Amino acid sequence: MITRRQLIGGVLGGVVAAMTIQGAQAADTIKIGEINSYSKMPAFTVPYRNGWQLALEEINAAGGINGKLVEVISKDDAGKPGEAVTAANELVSKDNVHMLMGTFFSHIGLAVSDFALQKEVVFVAAEPLTDAMTWSKGHDYVFRVRPNVTIQASILANEAAKLPAKRWATIAPNYEYGKSSVEAFKAILSEKRPDIEWVDEQWPTLFKMDAGSTVQALLRSEPEAIFNVTFGSDLTKFVREGTTRKLFDGREVVSMLTGEPEYLDALRDEAPEGWLVTGYPWYSIDTPEHNAFRSAYEAKFDDYPRLGSIVGYATMKATAAIIANSKSLKSEDLIAGGKGVEFDTPMGKASFRAVDHQATLGAYVGRTALKDDKGIMVDWKYEDGANHLPDEATTKELRGM
Amino acid sequence: MSSLVVKGLSKSFGGVKAVTNVGFEVRKGELLALIGPNGAGKSTCFNMLNGQLKADGGSIKLFGEEIIGLEPRQVWRKGVGRTFQIAATFTSMTVIENVQMALISHHKRLLSMLPFAGSLYKEEAYELLELVSMQDQAERPCGMLAYGDVKRLELAIALANDPQILLMDEPAAGMAPNERIALMQLTADIVKEKDISVLFTEHDMDVVFSHADRVMVLNRGELIALGLPSEIRENEEVQSIYLGTGAVYDEELVGNA
Amino acid sequence: MDFIFIQFLNGLSSASSLFLVASGLSIIFGVTRITNFAHGAFYMMGAYVAYTLTESWMGALGFWGGLIAAAVAVAILGALIEIVLLRRIYNSPELFQLLATFGVTLVIQDLVIQIWGVDDLLGRRAPGMKGAVEIFGQAFPTYELMLIVLGPLCLGALWLLFNKTRWGVLVRAATQDRMMVSALGVNQAWLFTGVFTLGVFLAALGGAVQIPRDAVHNAMDLQIIVEAFVVVVIGGFGNVLGAFLASFIIAELNAFGILLFPKISMILMFLVMAVVLVIRPYGLLGKAEAHPRTALGSVIRPWAPLSKLGKNWVLALGLALVFLPMFAGDFLLNVSTEILIFALFAASLHLMMGVGGMVSFGHAAYFGLGAYGTALLVKFLGLSMGATMVLAPFLAVAGAIIFGWFCVRLSGVYLAMLTLAFAQISWSVIFQWDDVTGGDNGLLGIWPDAWAADQTSFYYVTLAIVGISVYAIRRIVFSPFGYTLRGCRDSLLRADAIGIDRLRIQWFGFVLAGSFAGVGGVLFAYLKGSVFPDYISIPLSVDGLVMVLLGGIQTVAGPIVGAGVFKALSTFIISHTEFWKIILGSFIIVLVVAFPQGIVGFFLEHFSKKKDSIEEGKS
Repeated sequence: MITRRQLIGGVLGGVVAAMTIQGAQAADTIKIGEINSYSKMPAFTVPYRNGWQLALEEINAAGGINGKLVEVISKDDAGKPGEAVTAANELVSKDNVHMLMGTFFSHIGLAVSDFALQKEVVFVAAEPLTDAMTWSKGHDYVFRVRPNVTIQASILANEAAKLPAKRWATIAPNYEYGKSSVEAFKAILSEKRPDIEWVDEQWPTLFKMDAGSTVQALLRSEPEAIFNVTFGSDLTKFVREGTTRKLFDGREVVSMLTGEPEYLDALRDEAPEGWLVTGYPWYSIDTPEHNAFRSAYEAKFDDYPRLGSIVGYATMKATAAIIANSKSLKSEDLIAGGKGVEFDTPMGKASFRAVDHQATLGAYVGRTALKDDKGIMVDWKYEDGANHLPDEATTKELRGM
Repeated sequence: MSSLVVKGLSKSFGGVKAVTNVGFEVRKGELLALIGPNGAGKSTCFNMLNGQLKADGGSIKLFGEEIIGLEPRQVWRKGVGRTFQIAATFTSMTVIENVQMALISHHKRLLSMLPFAGSLYKEEAYELLELVSMQDQAERPCGMLAYGDVKRLELAIALANDPQILLMDEPAAGMAPNERIALMQLTADIVKEKDISVLFTEHDMDVVFSHADRVMVLNRGELIALGLPSEIRENEEVQSIYLGTGAVYDEELVGNA
Repeated sequence: MDFIFIQFLNGLSSASSLFLVASGLSIIFGVTRITNFAHGAFYMMGAYVAYTLTESWMGALGFWGGLIAAAVAVAILGALIEIVLLRRIYNSPELFQLLATFGVTLVIQDLVIQIWGVDDLLGRRAPGMKGAVEIFGQAFPTYELMLIVLGPLCLGALWLLFNKTRWGVLVRAATQDRMMVSALGVNQAWLFTGVFTLGVFLAALGGAVQIPRDAVHNAMDLQIIVEAFVVVVIGGFGNVLGAFLASFIIAELNAFGILLFPKISMILMFLVMAVVLVIRPYGLLGKAEAHPRTALGSVIRPWAPLSKLGKNWVLALGLALVFLPMFAGDFLLNVSTEILIFALFAASLHLMMGVGGMVSFGHAAYFGLGAYGTALLVKFLGLSMGATMVLAPFLAVAGAIIFGWFCVRLSGVYLAMLTLAFAQISWSVIFQWDDVTGGDNGLLGIWPDAWAADQTSFYYVTLAIVGISVYAIRRIVFSPFGYTLRGCRDSLLRADAIGIDRLRIQWFGFVLAGSFAGVGGVLFAYLKGSVFPDYISIPLSVDGLVMVLLGGIQTVAGPIVGAGVFKALSTFIISHTEFWKIILGSFIIVLVVAFPQGIVGFFLEHFSKKKDSIEEGKS
């Protein structure tokens, strides 16, 4: 039997050994530090990681950037902003990375962004949706790939304005993403349709929705249409209770992100039909760039791409584009190189706007339907983010410039 | 002269009368024993005297001052020391630290944060331990003492406040017979030396009749007799309800140790 | 009227779901005293196993059989964990089981992902209960009706079990008085195993019945565990009827509350708990215990100021810390700074728990208030770092003064849960008050002034402040006040009998502990450059507990060692693998079994010279 002292010795020895292995690294590579909530949000971040790994492989197979190979050092942030800052610190001060990229949650993205500002390192935010990232809390060192809340809400509100419904209710998780989505959607829709009326709003706690009561409360207000921002397990509960209680019968539902495979697939044959959603219809996009991406992805991972895969892929490509367009790996050159730089994504070309470093990536909008007992998006179109972003003057105002 | 004058003390629990209209005086310099069969209300009575239980009615005067309704800590500050049936000490401290704690409280330095408590009032504490013959065990962890020693320590703690009166709830319970006698003799000596009074409960009639100056008897919450040990011994009522049962002391409680 | 009735039914079905989980937790705690943090993990396991079984077993029998089989399977797993792990540590301080079950939770979280994958799973709908029935013209799901029946059914079954079987009577007796049961010659070990298994069965059943209405996913455990605890506390520990009542009250208040205040559900149950505990210190139907044990076990080894050897060690450590920047790079300094801050956090928690005997499940409140005090002073008043560091802790002090006043009126787990309630109320205020606190997006740009901005300078600032604070805490521990506080922990009876005003002393101790935590929060805000509601959240409070227990709650130096070990380890593991939960969880379990007295406690026990002072007494 192992004695306690041996056990302790063994464990300590292992830790020390593991710490010393961290050593030599290739000298002449471009190093990019990557942080994401891998252990906390694996359903979203694992496809995302597949995406950037695929892009990285392609970049290096093509000879790297300006002749240098790219190395990505990836860290988990455990879903905590404090850990994310620690990881960023490790990447910058110990691993000496040239740039940072990644993050999923808005608040973690903001924490890393603020760290990047303080340490003067360029950070390419991947998945956070909050407007603040490139607007109210934006700064030179941060770029963001994914379309923000306002773009997504604006795309949906444009479509929603065409519906006859006049009585609207909203349901959103009670945190920043939910609140700002509802706010943006309401503002845009009310502007386009002064005749509509907001009859109820429900704010369940994130991932703790009491679905029965919430659906019943919505039913009571007798809306003609519902704007939904819930996602994940909340969405599942909402759809199930809403369907059984006939909340969706004869009502339009406009829903953020629900068409993304991450959320829609989880609903299996219970996926709602006829909802107006933003999402990612990977199965029916037929463009050369997407076909190439999809077949490469499926070949490498034996799985179909999720929206996170595209975001990961695009983030890596965007980061590479910034570097390729810069004179050196110094932050000020990277910022200059990043302004306005165009990059390829499976959705088509996008670029970082010079004024706020927001990418012009857009979103697919369409209706949900059931096919072979699976939820899909039909009648969809791609909305370019550029058409939904405010002009330069408004943006400067938003950034407090 | 009386140190403590109790009048009309009553307490009931959910309609059940535990103590009814009890009145007595504790004279200065005497050992007064409170006896009675199990459930007679001795502990209830005791707990009301030091404020641990709120009395329903009555009066408790300490040297003429009303102390009924005060918290135990306030009663203690008036000069009433107390030991417990099931010893209560600070088990994470050494023996002497327990006494020092009482001295620190006595000197009102409980909120002081600068000095090391371990070196405060150490001599005084040592003297108190000497008084109860515990000086050899001063540095031992309190949680490791033999039962009888804990009782002696409790006595030392109770004396730290220069009390006028000591309330001792079964001071000798759980001790070997020779230990009991030694402890009571010690108590009697201290009472004489410091000219204070002691009210104690006890199951062991040998202890009661050999050390008490006076004895009072509770039955079903009522005081049925109060007098010299010899009078009580002969009191027929006491004999019938108490001594007559043959129960010298309550084994269950002793077993609690 | 119709609507009100339907909404009432909605409340009932939520109440049933909650009750299933909470009743198991209540029974386990009532008898074994285990603060079963893994209860949520068993609930999640129940759902996952039920998912797998109902996917492959067809028909109504397959579905219902699958749910029951899942609960049984998880209950067997629970029994194994009890026998293999928990039995070994029943004699450790009570909260040690919390630590062990916390480790189990971490391991299960990773295992679930390994077995079932990362995606949310959608379980089958119950055969024959897919639709709805019309009630007052509203469609009401049939399955929810079934749940409404299931709750009282379960309550009835438990009542029969506890009142009509010998085993049940023994369990009830154990709930009220554990000493008596062991005196009766009952084999306590098997009684405990049985109770634990029953509790886990109920948790797993609670999870299994969720599959037709919820998604099965890997965050179910943490979503339910706190709620279950709150329900148990409101009802009164060990009181199944109380748990039922509490579930009912919370679910109905929520169902109707969201109509008036749609954002209420975030905070509702904590408000209810705070109110109930202030009015009824043992929950709605709970009673004071016959033989209350302190949550920390009784301490036999008296604390003593450092010996010469100890002083040399401290001196060596101090010197090493002072000279660290000469050898360490920025990252190591950064991590060391964080460890120092958490050492202060743990030491402050230990002042409250270890010295004051007041277990806190919400110590992050004061840490977070310190951090937010910093951020607010910097953002709104633009104060310099020096001024901020002096003023910001006062927000934590204010919080501790208010919360402490209520908390010290309770004891044991009820006190701990009230600290949790206050921490959660603070959290939700910060989380919701966007205009001031930035809501969940936090406040950014809280970096040190230029002179302290580089890693080395800030390290020295932290080292100085933490050094002084830890020294101050130590001095307080050995001062008359520290002794008095400890006295109140050891014996309230004795403290009261020697003139100690227990409430005032504990309140003061509470505030002191909160203040030092606040100082830690200030440093943390500057270290990270931003503040978020996470810094006041439950996981941080749990981290603090883990540090204190790991180091050894019955020692003075324990929390500092615990903070160092835990923080260094978790930072290292998280940096190197995303499977850190399973590694950290296993590590904690091993430590709990290997060092039942904590790390420092272990070393004192084995290497202390004074044999006399280290023997265990009976507790």
